[in-house]
Amino acid sequence: MTRKSEVKNGKKEIFGRRTKSVLSRGWQIVLLPFWSTTPLCAVGPDGTPNNGTNIFSPASTPAKSIADLSIFVLVITGIIFVVVFALLFYSVVKFRGRAIDAGSEPAQVYGSTQIELAWTIIPTLIVVVLFLATARVIHAVQDAPEPSDAVEVTVIGHQYWWEFRYPKLGIVTANELHIPVSNPSHPTPTFVQLLSADTDHSFWVPELAGKTDLIPNHPNRMWVDPQRTGVFLGQCAQYCGTQHAKMLLRISVDGPEEFASWVCAQQKPGFQDAGAVAGRRVFERNACMNCHAVGGTSADGRFGPDLTHLMSRTTIAAGAAENTRDNLRLWIQNPSAIKPSSLMPSMKLSDTDLDAVVSYMETLH
Amino acid sequence: MSSNVITVSVGQTDAKPWVDELHQWLTTVDHKRLGILYVVSALMFLLIGGVEALVIRVQLMHSHNNFVSPEVFNRMFTMHGTTMIFFVAMPVLFGLANYLIPLMIGARDMAFPRLNAFSFWLSFFGALLLYFSFLGGSGLYGAGNAPDVGWWSYAPLGARAFSPGHSSDYWTLSLLVSGFGSIGTAINIIATILCLRCPGMKLNRMPLFAWLNLVMAGMVLIAITPLSAAQIMLLIDRYLGGHFFDTQAGGSAVLWMHFFWIFGHPEVYVLIIPCFAFMSEIIPVFSRKPIFGYPVMVAATVCIAFVSMSVWAHHMFTIGMNSYANSFFTLTTMAVGVPTGIKIFNWIGTMWGGRIQFKTPMLFSIGFLFQFLIAGLTGIMMAASPFDWQLSLSYFVVAHFHYVIVGGILFALFAAFYYWYPKMTGRMLSEGLGKWHFWLFLIGFHLTFDVMHVPGILGMPRRIYTYEPSRGWDTLNFIISVGAFIQALAILVFVANLIVSYFKGDKAGNDPWDAWTLEWSISSPPAPYNFAMVPTVASRRPLWDEKHPEDPDSRYE
Repeated sequence: MTRKSEVKNGKKEIFGRRTKSVLSRGWQIVLLPFWSTTPLCAVGPDGTPNNGTNIFSPASTPAKSIADLSIFVLVITGIIFVVVFALLFYSVVKFRGRAIDAGSEPAQVYGSTQIELAWTIIPTLIVVVLFLATARVIHAVQDAPEPSDAVEVTVIGHQYWWEFRYPKLGIVTANELHIPVSNPSHPTPTFVQLLSADTDHSFWVPELAGKTDLIPNHPNRMWVDPQRTGVFLGQCAQYCGTQHAKMLLRISVDGPEEFASWVCAQQKPGFQDAGAVAGRRVFERNACMNCHAVGGTSADGRFGPDLTHLMSRTTIAAGAAENTRDNLRLWIQNPSAIKPSSLMPSMKLSDTDLDAVVSYMETLH
Repeated sequence: MSSNVITVSVGQTDAKPWVDELHQWLTTVDHKRLGILYVVSALMFLLIGGVEALVIRVQLMHSHNNFVSPEVFNRMFTMHGTTMIFFVAMPVLFGLANYLIPLMIGARDMAFPRLNAFSFWLSFFGALLLYFSFLGGSGLYGAGNAPDVGWWSYAPLGARAFSPGHSSDYWTLSLLVSGFGSIGTAINIIATILCLRCPGMKLNRMPLFAWLNLVMAGMVLIAITPLSAAQIMLLIDRYLGGHFFDTQAGGSAVLWMHFFWIFGHPEVYVLIIPCFAFMSEIIPVFSRKPIFGYPVMVAATVCIAFVSMSVWAHHMFTIGMNSYANSFFTLTTMAVGVPTGIKIFNWIGTMWGGRIQFKTPMLFSIGFLFQFLIAGLTGIMMAASPFDWQLSLSYFVVAHFHYVIVGGILFALFAAFYYWYPKMTGRMLSEGLGKWHFWLFLIGFHLTFDVMHVPGILGMPRRIYTYEPSRGWDTLNFIISVGAFIQALAILVFVANLIVSYFKGDKAGNDPWDAWTLEWSISSPPAPYNFAMVPTVASRRPLWDEKHPEDPDSRYE
């Protein structure tokens, strides 16, 4: 009984940290060059403000623990740099050869045991300190227990898109992950299982957590507890093939109500619009349905993204283009125009079929 | 056998038709000629690898650039990495080791001259095999040419399913073949240093250059073998129905990572330790003092060699190892910083109280010290595995290891070129062009690689052929690319210097730097037999003893 409550307290501490600014004002000024180049208010295609991809502006406990440790390591290494650089600079300036010394040699010194000992022992102590600080963070991030009410997501990496499955909620979607914001006083972290359908990928949303790879036959796990809402950006970080560059990630951190309504909408079966029956026929007559699923129809392919609620997403082609009618049309007509070497083939549809299938896509809310 | 060589080349060096000359170069077993062949082929591939880097930098100059296709971009970074590591850095270091070790230890050649020639040609043909993939890589499948799977070819990307055609096979065979060459050279270096030292040169009187290359050669034996094994396993997977790394059939992608990095990390030290060797020869001569703490330098090198064998998985912090494994590799990686730090301190200790002469070799050496310090410190940052979860696979890592390889290894190599070119050719490299080369390269280097840390911190992954304009990486990448072109210009100045000075440089004489090791006691370039009389030494600095008979080193050692 006591043990159980201990675990609970520990959990609370891990998930309950507040993310106020990690840095003191002084450090913000020192490090200003690093984020002065980030657009402060980038706006996403749908008008929602995007967060950046700066590892020093964390919005979730794992990212914040890492950023805190990083600052600590930066300070220590910074001090070492200043000391050693000063020694190097001093010796270069002070001991430069002068014309007056020409022809004579300086005192020949072979070494000094005391000095050698000093510059062995001091660095060793520094290493011990750095290691202990690091080991603490490794343990806190990696070994955090999963609370029973955590949101669970399975992320499956594909060449070159992301599949998201919510096993407890029965939702399947792609490329845009929705997770709830986590209130420090009542944390709702999201635990992510990482799998791969083909090659190695890496899941990296810098402001939420460090990256973890998706490796076939090697399931991985990570977690986030975002503490501000908004869209967080990231992308595949492990080279996974020709189109690695456009395997982008969007994570929408929703408030509790928005998340609940998003879940509710995603759980609905596919919407069937009688007006789009021509497009649906094109979709099912061609190879589209071999790769894509549309809930409530016979299309149940799993090679490409699930399209049941395509219109709830702001982008297509794993973030390579905005989800507009023109882009959809271009994407279906000639995928290489948006994403060269993507595995989506061009079906060479006639203009009529193309318009019909685009219209069908637009009904998939 | 050496008497043979003497009669052939001494008599006929002047009036020889070029066919004879060529024949002599192709069939030579002389360590000096093989050394020069290594160096020249490495310089050639340096230019090729440099052009590949420039293609990468032009493509990344701004977001959504269409200079090359993604396929070409991926080939460029794969070929750039493979070329620079295997066919520039290793051969040039082997070449200088080959050239200099016998001269420094008072020997007439390497222990196994024929093995030496065999090793060089293996590594050279390995390189040709890699580049032949541009022509033959498509094979029957028409699936692109030249490998595009990255220089570590992570499984299962290198499997037939994801890398059809033969480009990956050329990559595999090329590394396998040149790997055998490296093993041959390593055996040769070890045998030479252990068996052919001149009378009086006990192990603790060897120049540090020989000590460090001995350690490097030992590491090559340990590091290259798992790489070769892995390449053979990959070939079995691809052609004989094996499933070592074939994840579709239950193989392990992580196994490949372990094999690759247990080679890959010691490899970094295989490359940097010979550069430590250059520094340990050059810094004392231009500071006019003996190396500070010789025994500690040897001990630190051996210590680095051992510890660096246990750090490989720090390349794998993001693959989901458990917290104990991550902690272990954090500790070992940070620990390797201690002996490395000792070395930096000892070099500064050598300069301390000296009379530093700022000739071009010394300028590059000081550049090396400064940049290697920073490279080591960013290494410590990434050793802290949680920090690495953010930095790994980002441009920060790219900046870090270029700081090691360009800021460290290449700067040390330039120092070595300026220092030993007179010995190899009998002519001095131009100091004027040398200073232009140094300052241009220094500016270009810092413009490129200092700035490159920042996009990594801002979330830019490596190996992407393009990026979104909204991410704020444009300006930084533009500056990085400008720096790359300044470096390219500096390399052209260097090549011009090599060529012009060969014909018009000042005559070097035996000992242009007033140095202390045995290679400076003989003519420049040395006769094929090196030493007419095998020397006898009584200290670590035989030429110091000779020049200062009133106060020889042998009195203190």
